[in-house]
Amino acid sequence: MEKIRQLKRKFLNKLMLFLSLLAALYGLFWLFWILGVLCFNGFKYLSIELFTQDAGPPGLNIGGLRHAFVGHLIITILSTIIGIPIGLFAGIYYAEYGRNSKFFYVLKNITDVMVSTPSIIMGAVMYALLVIPLKHFNALAGALALAMLMVPVICVTTYEMLILVPFTLREAAYALGAYKWQIIKDIVLRSAKVGILTGIILGVARISGETAPLLFTAFSNNYLSFDIFKPMASLTVTIFNYTMSPYEYWHNQAWAASFCLTFFILILSLIAKFLIHYGNIFKNKR
Amino acid sequence: MFQKSPYIETFTRYFLGFWAVFTGFIFPLIIFLILFYESRLAIQKFGFLQFLTSTSWDPVRESFGALPMIAGTLISTFIAIIIAAPISIGIAIFITELAPSWLKGFVITCVELLAAIPSIIYGMWGFLILAEVMRNKVEPFLQTVLGPIPLIGKLFSGVPTGVDVLTTSLVLSIMIIPFMASVVKDAFNLVPSVMKESAYGLGATKWEVIKDVVIPYTASGIAGGLILSTGRALGETMAVAFLAGNVPQIPKSLLEPFTTITVALANQFTEADTPLYLSSLFYLSLILFIISFIILILAKLMVLRLEKRWKK
Amino acid sequence: MQERNIEIEVRNLNFYYGKEKALKNINLKVFKKKVTALIGPSGCGKTTLLRCLNRMHDLYVGNKYEGEIIFEGKNILDKNIDLIDLRSKIGMVFQKPTPFPMSIFDNVAYGLKLKGVKGTELKDRVEKALKDAALWDEVKDRLKESAFSLSGGQQQRLCIARAIAVEPKVILFDEPTSALDPISTAKIEDLIVQLKLKVTIVIVTHNMQQAARISDYTAFMYLGELIEVGPTEKIFTNPEKKLTEDYITGRFG
Repeated sequence: MEKIRQLKRKFLNKLMLFLSLLAALYGLFWLFWILGVLCFNGFKYLSIELFTQDAGPPGLNIGGLRHAFVGHLIITILSTIIGIPIGLFAGIYYAEYGRNSKFFYVLKNITDVMVSTPSIIMGAVMYALLVIPLKHFNALAGALALAMLMVPVICVTTYEMLILVPFTLREAAYALGAYKWQIIKDIVLRSAKVGILTGIILGVARISGETAPLLFTAFSNNYLSFDIFKPMASLTVTIFNYTMSPYEYWHNQAWAASFCLTFFILILSLIAKFLIHYGNIFKNKR
Repeated sequence: MFQKSPYIETFTRYFLGFWAVFTGFIFPLIIFLILFYESRLAIQKFGFLQFLTSTSWDPVRESFGALPMIAGTLISTFIAIIIAAPISIGIAIFITELAPSWLKGFVITCVELLAAIPSIIYGMWGFLILAEVMRNKVEPFLQTVLGPIPLIGKLFSGVPTGVDVLTTSLVLSIMIIPFMASVVKDAFNLVPSVMKESAYGLGATKWEVIKDVVIPYTASGIAGGLILSTGRALGETMAVAFLAGNVPQIPKSLLEPFTTITVALANQFTEADTPLYLSSLFYLSLILFIISFIILILAKLMVLRLEKRWKK
Repeated sequence: MQERNIEIEVRNLNFYYGKEKALKNINLKVFKKKVTALIGPSGCGKTTLLRCLNRMHDLYVGNKYEGEIIFEGKNILDKNIDLIDLRSKIGMVFQKPTPFPMSIFDNVAYGLKLKGVKGTELKDRVEKALKDAALWDEVKDRLKESAFSLSGGQQQRLCIARAIAVEPKVILFDEPTSALDPISTAKIEDLIVQLKLKVTIVIVTHNMQQAARISDYTAFMYLGELIEVGPTEKIFTNPEKKLTEDYITGRFG
């Protein structure tokens, strides 16, 4: 009886571990399929025109996505200029001034919740705040919607990095007669700068892939535009529109654009990973 | 420089403090107030219960009911979680307990790659590639195999188009897996080796250690991660926008097109031509915001409370 | 003669961590340019007392001081005292070396830069501090290197140089050698003996032999109270209280 029981247990063990292997294979299967198709099609339809020409008329097999690349760049840069500082300021306060306060503990948790809030809501809010008053879609609304997404993300990662700095380091600076702002500037931020930078890079990577907040804020534009008070094309919305269209030429361009976008985001993520590993080695040189 | 320091000190405190209050309080409050304000027309016209339970979404006749959207959101999210949860736990088990060190890093990187892919790519690939496969191969297959079975068969009725609940939930589940797998993996790594070693020392198999020690120890983390993933899944827009079909009906089968709150918003915001239409869309946004906020707070509270219990 | 040589006088000090009374009615005189050691078993309050002297406890919520600590003719426990100024006159070296994430030079210079010292004066004072900390010869060719490139013992001496640079009247040492190897410990003990010619020193140590080696006065504490204080030689050879004798002879702690 004992033997049978043992055999049963061993069998169950092998079975469960085999199932977990299957689960891993399941995940890998999708990854390779998606990335595989993306790379294959993306590469196939990559061309110089993609970067040098603006949109062609629908149905005709001409045109590129220059307007979308440029527009996306402008919107992303604008949103990072606004979103990163605010996120940093809030994160620093939560970590350096707010740790003893119940009020800020609650606020920090609310910020955590905002990180996972649906991004399309930011688009809706900016629609009400900027699109309706200005009476047309504009890139500024899109940039601000993205900034609204960035702020909680940057805030939380900054906070997480700052609380890792050991308190004795701060005490040593206090013991020398430093003010809190000097300690934050010279000691705490310096110690955490690799981590904070990584958080920023990952935040930028995340919002450059966003589509929903831009759908009815920056909307789209078939022409190259630098006017932030008018609609502006973005890579992601253009991919959406092109994919939903019935034109094969546009589908192809959507693949190429998706490839570029994903490639860019993956490079950013790699840089962030590299920083985490090697940035620490620079710090603890022995 | 020395004399300016006390003033800089005060300024820094208030300046940083302002942005902290802004981020954690004013900002969410502004979102809520704006959504609420823009919804006022629809709230006045349709009230609360009626909007939530009415199934007619008719822009022409200006009658808007949110039930199809809410139902669609809940159904697709629910199915996605059911698929993703065991798989994510399986992946976490594989990474932490099974994989040799050279494979571990590779699998972890793959999971991170899946997470980094923007949702629009999932949507586009889903629409152009997966939907075709589903329509031509998978769904007819499922229909012939599962159709005859009494209750389950009903779930697979209808003409397979590939753009339906099944495909949407499938892609949604793939999108959730990386996040959930990471959360579970991190939770598993927190289990102290001594705990596991005590179980092994009593002659337990690997699976038994996982089942009886690791999973109970990390239950709060897993539960929190699950709820958090639910919160994120209901806010997912682009993948769903491509694959749901944007038909304002409550689906009766997995192979029927449907809609969710995010799909409705993504597709109709630019089409809303009357104030009531627009206001109804804002009303939907408000409902989405509230639902996701509540679920995310629930996830947080759960993790915090169970963590406290374990720390004692 | 005794009164003129008092650097710090603690009078009737009570200290509370929230509701818990951690220091009970401490009365202590710290003499100028002498080393005073605070000894006692774990939890006796010696570090708590040390951290009252530069009001480190103010960094945390819920702490309360009662009584007086007289320094430079004023009660430093008073609410109106400028803490920034106080801490540049009473410095502190901690248990674990805490180098700032900067170069060796910048570490030592930090306290001086806070006070507005620049240029050649800055360089000279940094060099002097490093010499006084017996570290100059080891680092003079690599002042721009990161402080993390130093060994543990060197980092601790760097922290001492950093504290010395601002020319405080008092330096508080909180178990400065407990994280170091014996050779580094010996170097730092020598350093402290040299330093007392210029600075008043209060040192917390759980190592009695260390207290016996380097201090002029020793205060024995137990459960938040100051049991006995006096010249080191007397405390270690002929203590007045039985509790002190028990501790010194190793019967507990």
